[in-house]
Amino acid sequence: MTTTTVETSAPVTEQRAAPETRRVRRRGENGRLTTLASHGILTVASLIALFPIAWLVFLSLGPDKDDYLHPGGIWHKMTFSNYSFVLQHTGFFDWMKSSLIVSLGTTAIGVMVAATTGYAVSRMRFPGYKKLMWVLLVTQMFPIAVLIVPMYQILSDLQLIDSYLGLILVYCSTAVPYSAWLLKGYFDTIPFEIDEAGRVDGLTPFGTFFRLILPLAKPGLAVAAFYNFITAFGEVAFASTFMLDDSKYTFAVGLQSFVSEHDAQRNLMAATAVLVAIPVSAFFYLVQKNLVTGLTAGGTKG
Amino acid sequence: MTVAIDRATGKRRGDRAPRPGLGRRLKDGYQRHWYAYAMIAPVAVVLGVLVLYPLVYGLYLTLTDANSLNTARTIGVNHIDATYKFIGLDNYKDILFGPTSYDRFWSHFVWTIVWTALCVALHYCIGLGLALLLNQKLRGRTVYRLILILPWAVPTFVTVFGWRFMLADGGIINTALDALHLPSPSWLEDTFWQRFAAIMVNTWCGVPFMMVSLLGGLQSIDSSLYEAAEMDGANAWQRFRFVTLPGLRSVSSTVVLLGIIWTFNQFAVIFLLFGNTAPDAQILVTWAYYLGFGQQPRDFAQSAAYGILLLAILIVFTSFYRRWLNRNEQQLAI
Repeated sequence: MTTTTVETSAPVTEQRAAPETRRVRRRGENGRLTTLASHGILTVASLIALFPIAWLVFLSLGPDKDDYLHPGGIWHKMTFSNYSFVLQHTGFFDWMKSSLIVSLGTTAIGVMVAATTGYAVSRMRFPGYKKLMWVLLVTQMFPIAVLIVPMYQILSDLQLIDSYLGLILVYCSTAVPYSAWLLKGYFDTIPFEIDEAGRVDGLTPFGTFFRLILPLAKPGLAVAAFYNFITAFGEVAFASTFMLDDSKYTFAVGLQSFVSEHDAQRNLMAATAVLVAIPVSAFFYLVQKNLVTGLTAGGTKG
Repeated sequence: MTVAIDRATGKRRGDRAPRPGLGRRLKDGYQRHWYAYAMIAPVAVVLGVLVLYPLVYGLYLTLTDANSLNTARTIGVNHIDATYKFIGLDNYKDILFGPTSYDRFWSHFVWTIVWTALCVALHYCIGLGLALLLNQKLRGRTVYRLILILPWAVPTFVTVFGWRFMLADGGIINTALDALHLPSPSWLEDTFWQRFAAIMVNTWCGVPFMMVSLLGGLQSIDSSLYEAAEMDGANAWQRFRFVTLPGLRSVSSTVVLLGIIWTFNQFAVIFLLFGNTAPDAQILVTWAYYLGFGQQPRDFAQSAAYGILLLAILIVFTSFYRRWLNRNEQQLAI
């Protein structure tokens, strides 16, 4: 807890400290120097965390595409013209539509398909249980390079390249096992006695799940949904490869299209980046606490 | 893998009577478990169609010489049939032992290992340090916490572009280094500095997750353990070494494994930071992508073979990791 305490023996003397003249620190309190050092380190770390993003916001206010080379000049000509240009003259809303369709589609399918499985592996033991868990674990660590080539071939055969459905299906290959895993962790935290009560009252296993457990698991479902959403939203490799028509680009691809070999419209790119980042990070902050517990729930329970 | 829930079924079914014959067991098993199978059916179907089938198909492709010139494709109204042929394990042989295999595979392999090890070590150490600082009674620690998870909150594809602006030739970082009369490396061109920049950006992106997970772990350590340690006269380092680290063990083993898998598979950072301009800074994943989609003609077979090799490396590593944890009597949370 207090690894940086300078005078470490002080708290120990707490109980028998009465005869001593100097002020006694209570447990968990630090010396002034330690506190100062902690604040110093945390401030520096915060600045490092903040700076690249603040810099992006700052550059997005410069009207010229080479302003990033002369950032000092931006102070004098700050303007929102990049933003209005992006909103009016680029595919911003097309990209937003694509991103939302693909991410929400993945989220919905992922959670709906995975929910019953998460419950089954949380509550039941059946032959093949270990194999299923192993498969769920291994599919989560698939590098994109394993599936991208065969998926590309298969989707070409099915004429699904450059379609939202194709991309959603590709994303589901990771979203579904991951959601199942996440939901299992959440179902594990719901007392088993609730199931027993339901069974005693004559519900089938499905009835127990749909009427008792599912309503209780809403926070878990929300975390799984949110995680699927940001994963699909931020995915780069598949989206860059499978979406060919620039009106179907997701944000991750659209943003790259500002920089081509001939021209780099960095000011517009920065503005778009900021416009994308604001709602997503706001959303992230709303749910971050649940997300963290969801991701490491198993870990802290041991 | 999952000890926690055994209580659930153990309690309900208990030990069973002597085993009946096989036919009977199948029938019993069906009657007893049919709803479990019904519940996992959706995922089984989805995984079969979306993962298993492409995986098998990809495995088949690695045994052929498929590329974008001989696979089936449609140009306008003409449909051209596939003409690639079966060549056995030649792709693997070529990748692992063929001429120039060092430049094509092993150099990227070594760099991927270095990349993974360095990134995860940095993630973990910085994350742990910050978590320890945030776990103190400190004014404004909520504010610090919220600012420090910002790199995680903003999508990676956005922040990487922010870094690209900063690292560019006349960007802020080099301007600042110039002003301090320090050498200003060309971050996005020179191989060593490309690698340095990639690790730096990835560290910046990955620390918040570690920090937050470890902070959760720290907060779940019973404070009476610290009291007991203090009573026994342990100094700060000893308390850290013998109370904090053991208390974090189960969280650590989980987040380190996740970190290794994610970093090993990290595509976005390197792809977006360099595009196709940095052949020597590509880790195996981005290199496989380059082979399959970044060059002409696209070499599908080799790219898929890289994918299979990557998956094999990860599976071998994970099973060793778990065996090692088991030997130390730890369970992995996932």
